[in-house]
Amino acid sequence: MTAVLPRRRLAALPATPRYIAGRIGQALLALFGVVTIVFFALRLSGDPARLLVPEGATAADIARVRDRLGLNDSLWHQYTTFLGDAVHGNLGYSYVQNRPATDLLAERLPYTANLAVAALVLSLLFGVTVGTVTALKRGRWQERVLMPIVLAGQAMPAFWTGLLLVLVFSVGLRWLPSTGYDGPLSLLLPSVTLAALSAAAIARVTRGAMLEQLAQDYVRTARAKGAGTWRLVTRHLARNTAIPVLTVAALELANLLGGAVVTEVIFAWPGLGQLTVQSVAARDFPVVQAIVLLASAVYVVVNLATDLLYGVIDRRVAAGGGTA
Amino acid sequence: MTEPATFLRIRDLRIGFGSGHEAVRGVDLSAERGETVALVGESGCGKSLTALALLGLLPPGASATGSAVLDGTELVGRDERALRRIRGARAGMVFQDPMSSLNPTTPVGAQIAEVLAIHTRMSRSARRRRAVELMESVGIPDAAARARQMPHQLSGGMRQRVMISIALAGRPDLLIADEPTTALDVTVQAQVLALLRERARDTVLLFITHDMGVVAEIADRVAVMYAGRIVETGPVRAVLDAPRHPYTAALLRSVPDPDRPVAGELPTIPGQVPAAGERIEGCPFRPRCARATDRCLTPPDLTPDETGGSVACWHPHELTEAAS
Repeated sequence: MTAVLPRRRLAALPATPRYIAGRIGQALLALFGVVTIVFFALRLSGDPARLLVPEGATAADIARVRDRLGLNDSLWHQYTTFLGDAVHGNLGYSYVQNRPATDLLAERLPYTANLAVAALVLSLLFGVTVGTVTALKRGRWQERVLMPIVLAGQAMPAFWTGLLLVLVFSVGLRWLPSTGYDGPLSLLLPSVTLAALSAAAIARVTRGAMLEQLAQDYVRTARAKGAGTWRLVTRHLARNTAIPVLTVAALELANLLGGAVVTEVIFAWPGLGQLTVQSVAARDFPVVQAIVLLASAVYVVVNLATDLLYGVIDRRVAAGGGTA
Repeated sequence: MTEPATFLRIRDLRIGFGSGHEAVRGVDLSAERGETVALVGESGCGKSLTALALLGLLPPGASATGSAVLDGTELVGRDERALRRIRGARAGMVFQDPMSSLNPTTPVGAQIAEVLAIHTRMSRSARRRRAVELMESVGIPDAAARARQMPHQLSGGMRQRVMISIALAGRPDLLIADEPTTALDVTVQAQVLALLRERARDTVLLFITHDMGVVAEIADRVAVMYAGRIVETGPVRAVLDAPRHPYTAALLRSVPDPDRPVAGELPTIPGQVPAAGERIEGCPFRPRCARATDRCLTPPDLTPDETGGSVACWHPHELTEAAS
C-alpha cells in the first residue's frame, strides 16, 4: 500500500475541483500499481490447480484444471484479460467457490465494516479520553495509572488479547459468545481486541497534540476569560488537536477496513480478514486480487477524505495557509 | 467619616517557585478606580508575574502569597472555582501578542462572546449582538462581518482590538494590559494606547511595559520594578521629570529623547539584572549602582517622600537634582 499520509498542517491545500480531480488521478495510478504488483507476485506463489484437485489426481487432471482456469495462457495474456475485465467491474471468479469474487467480497464487507467502525469508535473514545486526561494531569497519579494500561494494550498482540478476553468473558463468566457472528453482542470481544491496538496510537497522538496546544498563548487567554477545564478542552483544544488525531484515526480505519486478519481468525468472524487467509491459502488468485484492490481503494478514499476534512477543521488550511 | 477603602490594594505580594527562588519579593501597590498605573521594568523583573498572580494564572510551579484586594474581593490564594468567577468578570487581561493569544480556529466574534457565555445568562443571539457592539466600541469597522472572521484574517491592530474587547466584555473592575503594544507597528501602537486610555475610565488599568516612552502617554502613576521589588513609585510626571532612584534615572537616560539628543551611543546601564535565584545582599541594584556605599548592604524600604511618591534607596537623587 503506497498511499502516504501528508503531514503538512498549514501548507497550501485548496479543496478546488481541480485539486480533487488531481488527487483522484493519483489514486487511480496508485491502484493500478498495487494491482499489477499483486497480480504478478501471486503467480510466483505457486500453482492453484494442485490445491484444487483431489488427492491422487494425475498430471493430466491438473493440466485440465489449469486449462479451465486459464492458467496455461501466457502471463501477458492473463494480465491484459484481467485488466480489461477489471475496468468493467469484473474481478473474475473464485477458483474455489466458482462465484464472482465481487459477490464474495460484498458478502463479507458488511461484517468487516461493522467490526472496523465499532473498533474505531471504541478506540477513539478510549484513546482521546486517555490522551486528554494524561496531558491535563501530566505528572499526576492519573497519568501514572493510565499510561501503563495504554502501553499494555499496544504491547499485547491481538491473538493474546483476544484469547484472554475469550477466556474471561466467554469461558469464565459466560457473558459473551466466543466466536462467530451472532447478534450485536458478538461484536464486543473482537472490537475490543482490535481497539486495544488502535487506542494506544490514538492516545499517544492525542496526548502529544494536547501538550503542544496547552502551551499555546490562546489557552491562557481562555483561562483569563474564566473558562474551566471542560470548556477549555471542548471549545478550544478539541478543534486545535483534531488534525493529528484525525490523521491517525483515518489510518487506523483504513487498516481495519482492509480486514483484521488475526482478530477475525481468532473470533471466526465472517469478514474480509478470514476470506483473505482462506484465499491466500488456496491460491484463489481472483479473490486475493479483489481484496487487495478493495483495501487499497479504501485507503486512498479515506486519505482523500481526511485531507479535505483538514480544511473544514482549520480554515487556514482551506484558505491556502499563511497569515493575512 | 472614614477614608474610602482603596479600590485595588496589593500588599506584600510574593511569588516563589518550588526551587525556593523568589521572583517577586513583596510588592505593595494600590490604585483607585479610573486610575492607570504603569508597572515598569526590564524583562525578568517580575512585572508580568505580578499581573498573572492577580488572575491566578501563574505558570505551573509558581505560587503567590500576600494579598491583593479588588473592591473587597481577595484575589490571591483563592481556589480555582473562585478564580474562575473573578477572571473575565472582575478582572480582564490583554496580552502582548494578539496573534498567538487568540484561538486560531475560532471566529473572533465567538471568542468575545465566550466571556458572556461563561459569566452571564444572555442568550446566544444576545451574546453575538453584544460581541459586535463591543467590537464597534473598540473601533473595529464593519464589525458584524469582522466578527465572523478568523484571527489570521485580521491585521495586528485589529487583533489587539479584539483582545481588548475580550478583556472588556465582562465589564471588569481591573484591566491588566501586559505589553499590549509591543508586538504592534508604531502607528498602530498610538491608536491602541488611546483606545485603552479611553476604555479604562471606569477601571483600574494596570499597564505593564518596559517602554518609558509609553508610560508618559498612558499612566497616571508609575511603579518601577527591579529584581522582584518596587524601587520607586509616584505620579507619572514627578517620576519621569525627577526620578529619585538611580535605577529609574538610568532607565530614563537609556530612552531616546528628541529634546535631549545624545552624541554617539545611548547610555546603557552597566552590569546585568540579577539572574534567577541569584541572591544579592542588601539593595538588589547595588552591584550596578554608581551611588552605592556600604550602607546599601542593608536593604532599603520603600519610603514615602513629600512628592506623593516613594523610593527604596539610601542615596536617592535629591528632588532639586536634575535627572541628567
